Amino acid sequence: MKDLHQISLRVNGRHHELVVEARRTLADVLRHDLGYTGTHLGCEHGICGACTVILDGQPARACLVFGVQADGASVLTVEGLADGDQLSDLQQAFSDHHALQCGFCTPGFLMLIEAYLAEAGPEAPTAEQARELVASNLCRCTGYQGIVEAVLATARARRAAR
Amino acid sequence: MSSIGARLPRIEDPRLLRGRGRFGDDISAPGQLWARIVRSPCAHGHLNDLDTTQAAKVPGIAAVVTAADLPAGLVIPVRLAVPGPDLSRYLQPVLARTTVRYVGEPLAVVVGEDPYACEDAAELVEIDISERAVVLDARTPDSPTAAELIRGYGDVDAAFAAARHVVRIELAIGRHSGVPLEPRCVLAVPDADTGSLDIFGLTKVPVFNRDLLARMLGLDEMLIHVHGVDAGGGFGVRGEFYPEDFLIPWLARRLGRPVKWAEDRAEHLVAVNHSRQQYHRIAAAFDGDGRILGLDDDVTHDNGAYCRTHGVAVPELTVAMLPGPYRVPAYRGRIRVVLTNKTPCGTYRAPGRFEGTAAREHLLDVAADQLALDRIELRRRNLLTRDEIPHRRPIATLGTDLILDTGDYPALLAAAAREADRLGYRALGPAPGVLHGFGLAMFVEKSGLGPQETADVTVSRSGAVHVYSGGTSVGQGIETVLAQIAADALGVEPGAVRVTTGDTAAQPFGAGSWASRSTVVGGSAVHLAATAVRQRAVQLAARILEAAEQDLEVCDGAVVVRGDPDSRTARVSLAEIAAAAAPAGGYLRPGEPAGLSARRRFEVSHMTYPYGAHVAVVAVDPGTGQVRVVRYLVAYEVGRAVNPTLVEGQLRGGVAQGLGGALFEEFSYDDAGQPQAITFIEYRMPTAAEVPPVDLLVCQDAPSPGNPLGVMGAGEGGVNAVGAAVANAVRDALGLAGGVGQLPLTPARVRELWEARDGG
Repeated sequence: MKDLHQISLRVNGRHHELVVEARRTLADVLRHDLGYTGTHLGCEHGICGACTVILDGQPARACLVFGVQADGASVLTVEGLADGDQLSDLQQAFSDHHALQCGFCTPGFLMLIEAYLAEAGPEAPTAEQARELVASNLCRCTGYQGIVEAVLATARARRAAR
Repeated sequence: MSSIGARLPRIEDPRLLRGRGRFGDDISAPGQLWARIVRSPCAHGHLNDLDTTQAAKVPGIAAVVTAADLPAGLVIPVRLAVPGPDLSRYLQPVLARTTVRYVGEPLAVVVGEDPYACEDAAELVEIDISERAVVLDARTPDSPTAAELIRGYGDVDAAFAAARHVVRIELAIGRHSGVPLEPRCVLAVPDADTGSLDIFGLTKVPVFNRDLLARMLGLDEMLIHVHGVDAGGGFGVRGEFYPEDFLIPWLARRLGRPVKWAEDRAEHLVAVNHSRQQYHRIAAAFDGDGRILGLDDDVTHDNGAYCRTHGVAVPELTVAMLPGPYRVPAYRGRIRVVLTNKTPCGTYRAPGRFEGTAAREHLLDVAADQLALDRIELRRRNLLTRDEIPHRRPIATLGTDLILDTGDYPALLAAAAREADRLGYRALGPAPGVLHGFGLAMFVEKSGLGPQETADVTVSRSGAVHVYSGGTSVGQGIETVLAQIAADALGVEPGAVRVTTGDTAAQPFGAGSWASRSTVVGGSAVHLAATAVRQRAVQLAARILEAAEQDLEVCDGAVVVRGDPDSRTARVSLAEIAAAAAPAGGYLRPGEPAGLSARRRFEVSHMTYPYGAHVAVVAVDPGTGQVRVVRYLVAYEVGRAVNPTLVEGQLRGGVAQGLGGALFEEFSYDDAGQPQAITFIEYRMPTAAEVPPVDLLVCQDAPSPGNPLGVMGAGEGGVNAVGAAVANAVRDALGLAGGVGQLPLTPARVRELWEARDGG
């Protein structure tokens, strides 16, 4: 007998209602029930961070959150970053600094960094702080240098634009 | 203006950045079932019984199958056969029937409507195994040997007998692997009416995999369509043919419904090819001037429980490539391929070279100290000089003769040493609580394995150029690189080129992306096909413009009459030529095929050999045994960089993976053969905290003579010598007389070395 619950959540500004099993992860809800396949599953035990989304303003591993826990929450996924055809400044910085290769970890990094920059406010991170931030997630392709550079470049540009 | 050499942004980036990539598990089919593999909990034993009764009763379960349900005798064959050894007795069955040989070996498959319920049901399969003794150390004398290979030439024994100095070390390389961030996935969609099968998730060598699957299923290969998908990293392991690659399509056909299997990380770490685990006993004989007289390596290779698709290619590459960039008058590399009760092994980025380079270069550092020579000077004396290149080694590897085809090794070594000095690598002062160490290693890579690659290039009526390559996208940026090559040959903007890879319907003759071959072999095929299209465009334009072909040239996506300023009479666009080449376009002569397109095949019988040097500076805390890599330099000769940014990305990423194998990553086992690295907590891939910024010196001084572009592969040069450079740097920091003995250099291992040095 399945333990089913009706939940509602807002994803990238769009309202969804659905019925989920209690044990169903937010990652599976997003990917398989709602079609936001940009959120990727790399380990399903909270280490790699590929599934990071912004849950009510905080970066969260979607593999460690159940769908029912997100009932009533607002979720931002990678699909919500670009403005139409226009990449966000952070997305563009990733391309400019060759911060992605296979692109599988990329959505998780984007959401992690986006949440960090929003919280950190006008103070741009130092190189050490950027590296520590990037050390939250795993990337197997790039060696991280481009990702660190993209964080710093985006933070600098946002501060300059203030 | 050539688009080759330009730092163009990657074509792949926008879709990946927007979360619109199409990875295996992003694709689903209506009516799809999910599969869960039941795996052996024991490392070795007799499989008495699998009771699936309870599992089959779970609501929504469509089938539970075991080996008894499969055609008898199904095994995964070798893809990369090395002449000689018969491996047929060591191949892995699709599902174990009577014997289990490693923890994680597939025993059964549960298929059902809901992946969560499939996991529940899989746990209800009752497994009855009588356990047997396990072999976990390949050096055990009675461990089963699958093959023994010897590569070499010259009189090694005489060289050692005549030597002034003989230096020996032992070095163990730890078991680790590619571990791409996307686990594997297979989706098979059957069509009952046509008998055809659509497959998503088979990357790397899709045409080979299609043909093998067809043979195993007893199906015509053209009825199987392997679709191109994005792949979350390849590194050698993804896209080889594994048991699941047969099981899922077979189940889909049997059940008449789409079936998907999405591997989870825990099973990936015990199921995907492991790699690297070797024990080297290496010795070199020197004359009084430090010149190498002979080199002798005796290697034990732990291949895990079976020989998989790579057969004994990794051990063969190890001993074939071991002499590296040096003048070695006599050489013997002997390698024993041993089976153990651990996950079977295959290739991982720079297979055999990460291992062999570590053994050889570590030996050279120990030798330099024993001979009282500078470590760089010892290498310089022994490197093949420019005058000695091309250098033919009387060794074959992967069925090709080993001919070091291009380059100036001493110049690159000098440049690397200069660059390290310029960047202050040897000027790090003392720091409290840490010991600094400097390590350098030279290496030769290989790339561009043939024997062929095919490409089709077609110009559509919009003027877009479509490239259908036999390469596959595994994150390396192949779409961008091939677009640049096609644009260059055809005289169009790279933005006008669309590249399709990994699709067996679009390119039925592709040989895939592996062995650093895509730019070299795949790129050359695209170059030939695009050049043929350019010639055909000129031929047709001559008819349209009523001009002589020799008066025409291709410029900015159009054929123009040289020197004629009138754009109406003197210019016809590729779009217009494509329309003219359509069946009713009016310009085709009888018997000519329609379309502005060409298929070309690039054939090559030899590989091309890039080379380089790695330099590492480490800070070792002798108290904790922690090794921090503070500076890292890769100097690498690539012949010609199609897109320098992507070459740099390959090198940097390779270094990060190499640091994993040198310091952190290890698939360890307990005494019963239970794997101890089954999550990312125990399998420690480097994060940004462990990987320093990497300095690069990318050289384009030695174009490859073996292909029309002059290119060499860049995929593996970043990882090749990391174990070597780090081992040398740590040895330097600790001031050891001998070698470090084993990789990875975990804190515990470094503490042991330090205490032994203290006389502890």
